[in-house]
Amino acid sequence: MMVAVGDTLPELVIEVTPTFVVSTAFATRDYQDVHHDRDAAVERGSKDIFLNILTDTGLVQRFVTDWAGPNALVRDIAIRLGVPCYAYETLTFTGHVSERDGKLVVVDVVGRNSIGDHVTGTVRVELP
Amino acid sequence: MIRDVADQVIARGESSRRAAPDPVNVPMVRHWVEALGDRNPIYTDPVAAAASVHGGLVAPPAMVQVWTMFGLRCTRPADDPLGAMMSVLDEAGFTSVVATNCEQTYHRYLRPGEEVTVGARLTDVVGPKRTALGDGWFVTTVSTWYVGDEPVAEMLFRVLKFRPPAEEPVGDVLRPVVSLDTEFFWAGTRVGELRIQKCLACGEVRHPPGPMCPGCGSTELTHVVADGVGEIYSYVVHHHPPMPGKRLPFVVALVELAEGVRLLAELIDADPAEVRVGLPVRVDFQRIDDELTLPVWRVRS
Repeated sequence: MMVAVGDTLPELVIEVTPTFVVSTAFATRDYQDVHHDRDAAVERGSKDIFLNILTDTGLVQRFVTDWAGPNALVRDIAIRLGVPCYAYETLTFTGHVSERDGKLVVVDVVGRNSIGDHVTGTVRVELP
Repeated sequence: MIRDVADQVIARGESSRRAAPDPVNVPMVRHWVEALGDRNPIYTDPVAAAASVHGGLVAPPAMVQVWTMFGLRCTRPADDPLGAMMSVLDEAGFTSVVATNCEQTYHRYLRPGEEVTVGARLTDVVGPKRTALGDGWFVTTVSTWYVGDEPVAEMLFRVLKFRPPAEEPVGDVLRPVVSLDTEFFWAGTRVGELRIQKCLACGEVRHPPGPMCPGCGSTELTHVVADGVGEIYSYVVHHHPPMPGKRLPFVVALVELAEGVRLLAELIDADPAEVRVGLPVRVDFQRIDDELTLPVWRVRS
């Protein structure tokens, strides 16, 4: 795989439906009500149910391995959390290669929705 | 107090290790990849996985925390360091929480059948810091996942535990009902006078004003202008429900004036925690509009 610093990754666009929020929360065994119960989320001051952090990490991993392929080894995922990602948002991941040291590559990732940066971070991945 | 507890919990080091309820398994992986839409074949396709660098099925590294989630019925163990820190911050009024950072490092991929345990330690408590959300403390824990005694993954997790700022007042303050009996009082506040009703017949002063002297029954009434100094006789700190035009919490004080009557008004510019019975106060006037000026108390030094 020919990779250079500055290379951009194909965008990943996620339609954050309520089903997506709920199914990912349960698939990550996260039963906090703000991820599946809209009434509870609104009562706690949120606009709607919203994505959980375990899913953010998983989506960032997916975004990078969709590009790097099944033989890439994900070494670490470091994310900072920004604005919430409510149901009915569209979440778009963009990224580029920011460092390269032999097979080891650092990808800078941003997941953005209509209100701002939902997640920003870096993924260190070992390419085949 | 917060610092002391933080130092104690940090010094305790890693909690006892908690076992995942299930070994790493393909059904949970399948649910996860289906929900997240991850089509990487190394997680669920045995043939493709066998042909990959892994030589067989592996779990998504980002699932590491999933194996040891508390689930629907579990309670946090008593030695959980984040739980301990959260309760002490809750008690100190830093009641809201937002996660700020999650950094996971994977030493290797996990395979179906592996039994995972997790231990967590508190590494850092920094604060109080002024943030866009309010004043708060950054609390950092590090969790380590093990297979046997081999660490397989680590996670740094940081939350901001913050005190939500007082809400901005909504709406206009409630207006008093002005009657023939109280008109003189509100006319007084408009010109900066605290007027107390006085009986022309027996000379008794009283508040709140009324149509007839409760002492002698006379309806011949006048008023005096109070000096406006007194001491708190009783008070309440109003936390809930929200009141139109008021920022919560606020203090309502019943003040005994030097003239011998007691009068209710808001105590302004005072820390509710420092209010006490006997606190010396003086009157001030808060102009709302042309029609209405409210008397308020200020602490008298």
